[in-house]
Amino acid sequence: MSDPRGLYIHVPFCLRKCPYCDFYSVTEEALRADYAVAVVRNLHNYHEPFDTVYFGGGTPNLIAPYMAEILSAVDIAPGAEVSSECNPASTTPETLELLRNAGVNRISAGVQSLQDGELKKLGRLHDAAQAVELINSAHSTGFNSISADVMLGIPGQTAASLTDTIERLAALPIQHISAYMLTLEPATPFGKSPPSDMADDDKMADLYALCQELCKQHGFAQYEISNFARKGFQCRHNLKYWRDEEYLGIGPAAHSFYAGKRFAVPRDVRAFISADRQPVEVTDDSPGDYDEQVMMRMRLAEGIPEELYRPLEKALRLLPDDYYTLENGRLALTANGFPVYNYIVSLLLAHKEET
Amino acid sequence: MADTSYLSKIRNFCIIAHIDHGKSTLADRILEQTQTVALRDMEEQLLDNMDIERERGITIKARAVRLKYHADDGEDYIFNLIDTPGHVDFNYEVSRSLVACEGALLIVDASQGIEAQTLANTYLAVENDLEVVPVINKIDLPSAHPEQVKEEIENVIGIPAEDAPEISAKMGINIHAVMEAVVKSIPAPKGDPEAPLKALIFDSYYDSYKGVITYIRVKEGSVKPGDRIRMMATGAEFSVVETGVMGATELVPCSGLKAGEVGYIAASIKSIGETKVGDTVTSAENPAAEALPGYREVNPMVFSGIYPADGAKYVDLRDALEKLQLNDASLSFEPETSVALGFGFRCGFLGLLHMEIIQERIEREYNLDIITTAPSVVYKIELTDGSVKMIDNPTNYPDPSEIAQAYEPMVNAHVYAPSEYVGNIMELCQNRRGVFRDMKYIDEARVDLHYELPLNEIVYDFFDALKSRTRGYASYDYEMMGFVPSKLVKLDILLNGDVIDALSFIVHNDKAYERARKMAEKLKEHIPRQMFEIPIQAAVGGKIIARETIKALRKDVLAKCYGGDITRKKKLLEKQKEGKKRMRAFGTVEVPQEAFMAVLKLDDE
Repeated sequence: MSDPRGLYIHVPFCLRKCPYCDFYSVTEEALRADYAVAVVRNLHNYHEPFDTVYFGGGTPNLIAPYMAEILSAVDIAPGAEVSSECNPASTTPETLELLRNAGVNRISAGVQSLQDGELKKLGRLHDAAQAVELINSAHSTGFNSISADVMLGIPGQTAASLTDTIERLAALPIQHISAYMLTLEPATPFGKSPPSDMADDDKMADLYALCQELCKQHGFAQYEISNFARKGFQCRHNLKYWRDEEYLGIGPAAHSFYAGKRFAVPRDVRAFISADRQPVEVTDDSPGDYDEQVMMRMRLAEGIPEELYRPLEKALRLLPDDYYTLENGRLALTANGFPVYNYIVSLLLAHKEET
Repeated sequence: MADTSYLSKIRNFCIIAHIDHGKSTLADRILEQTQTVALRDMEEQLLDNMDIERERGITIKARAVRLKYHADDGEDYIFNLIDTPGHVDFNYEVSRSLVACEGALLIVDASQGIEAQTLANTYLAVENDLEVVPVINKIDLPSAHPEQVKEEIENVIGIPAEDAPEISAKMGINIHAVMEAVVKSIPAPKGDPEAPLKALIFDSYYDSYKGVITYIRVKEGSVKPGDRIRMMATGAEFSVVETGVMGATELVPCSGLKAGEVGYIAASIKSIGETKVGDTVTSAENPAAEALPGYREVNPMVFSGIYPADGAKYVDLRDALEKLQLNDASLSFEPETSVALGFGFRCGFLGLLHMEIIQERIEREYNLDIITTAPSVVYKIELTDGSVKMIDNPTNYPDPSEIAQAYEPMVNAHVYAPSEYVGNIMELCQNRRGVFRDMKYIDEARVDLHYELPLNEIVYDFFDALKSRTRGYASYDYEMMGFVPSKLVKLDILLNGDVIDALSFIVHNDKAYERARKMAEKLKEHIPRQMFEIPIQAAVGGKIIARETIKALRKDVLAKCYGGDITRKKKLLEKQKEGKKRMRAFGTVEVPQEAFMAVLKLDDE
């Protein structure tokens, strides 16, 4: 019997679209109930235990009233991690209570920044006080695994403002930080007309290095390119992605790696609701090859074992010594290597030795 | 006496025109009017059948087609239209094509007047006793001034142009007048079908079924399947398998070819090198006493290294070059190795355009990624021990202490342009170490500037620079003069402290600093940031004369939320990986192919 899979549920609802975000979401409130019914209907097709569940979005807290019903349709393995993203602008203590009672045990708070000016630039609906309030409120509701998203490279962000954001966050009852770089996506308002004060690569590199340093100082160890956690609080669901393990995705725009194939559900909530079984398009019918494993697993600080890195060993001479470690039978990137991960991994794979 | 009455119904002619003046369009119209091509087979620029030719609007290789025309006098005529290349690189092929004709249509753009290339080719035609028939094209353009252009033709070339047909090939206006001018003005060919065979080779190409197809103009005698023939320059002998004429879209076999006719022969010839353009075909049993005049070996003028981007494709590259050579005897190549680029080939070309065309064909038709080193000309070096070396690869340039005297090739160049650009052109030529010879007014508005220029100053980007300084109005032409003593030095480029042999080149001492600085700047522009800081240095004889630095790469990572969409990430990384494969690693420095090409374009304007 293999390990249980992970379950990802995409919740495609937002009160408003953020100008930088290219995740699929719609604003129609009226569709939420039908969507929940469709999720439950789809879940009934799977008779297997899941040991991680992740509600991502979109804005998952908007369907809090349906969470219990959805989760009751899932065979949740004992000790499973059940996460939900929450937006500070629309998550109330009552929302958190609903989530907790439904079985959610981990909250990922969409903080992004604790500077009101920066939040405004991002087009977010919340302010810093609401973000702090969300974390405190989740803690008092009984959540003891809380993560905060931090955005790097927000127009106008400085070393001082980032330091302030992370230091104030670290003083709150959180165990995990995800730090993402603002990326221009072509199909978004930011992608079409980028803000004039977008951080360039050098500034982004400075902010990233500062973030790494601050997280380390405050006891959050980097375990992936964008993720930092106190001991024992790594996100087990996301680890499945990076370890190239299987997961099932439910909901429009959700991706799956399931039964040896990768597939995606079209970005269309109405099609999802009306279909008996969610429509899927295969995106990769032979996933899990060598290159993919290296690509995914090198994102993690734990790196890759000897049987994987052996064909790359000779190419390591092309890298500066402080970009990687080769210890205890594992090859891994260092804090210096992470910001140039794409370069390193594509270089190593381009020079891999065929066996 | 043999019957030669058939000769009066044949017209062999070519079209001389500047690029863009409408030669191919007129050829298409003539094909349509003679119904040689069924309309459904009609493609734009039918005679230019290589993709590159169509895209660039140029004719690379000579080509021929046979047409039937029912003239106003009630008689049927056979027209052999021989298309000629329009670029200085292919000058020799032009001159051989002309010898196959009795006349030439000179197409002049009614809005632009005569251009250098046209003039050079017209002089060639006149030298070869061709009847030149002027045709004024593009009369539909608002800026057309046909009367002025006719006057120019009379003044400059000295041929009557009063009755020149005024046409628009594009709109199909007055094409009939051109056809009648061919019948009336161009002489019928002469020749004795019973004399010993003398046929001129003006083109050849390799066909995978029939072997080499040789295009000939029979001057004397006749040839038919079964005849034993001899190539007079190479001495090679063959048995003729097939003779025929050139239809617009296919070859049409016939029972034989007689004096005055244009057609092809197939004789199971395996190598195009045995049927050289300009050679004379004669009968092996009853050979002619002497060959037709004017044959010469064509020597490559420009050399560069061609390497597979992926070293494993070396054999594929060799195959591609061999196949290209089957159709292009002027391409030469031999294996060479570079410390930086591995195994590749030193290739010789007629000129820079020829080089670009070969590169493009390798990439397009054989789907190979290649790296081309900076083009070089041949230098003649007298060594201190008294021996003489010809150097076509900068890597082999001797140590200065061993050189008694270096020589570089010079050309006689003529630039034709509106007189208002004389200042700009002189500045450019001066800049390229040109020696002014003289300046003539072609008419009140246009000049012919004669310069002696070092070939190595014009092989890179001279034509581009000339065009940009004259808003596209200048044209130029050149011929080789020979070698002159020169002060040359070898410029080396170092990346991260290592000499990159593929980037070395020979430059005149006075220009070393400027060139070194520009090279370093260009490389900085085209080599992406990498994990290390990379010093770029340019050195002459071990002395660093220019330096730039590429800063280390600091951020190259996708660090955003991506919700399990791994396929997209994977594709991104795969693409980046493939990009890395195409880079050349020099030590730890990765150099993209564009960088090798970019350093060739050093002109500031």
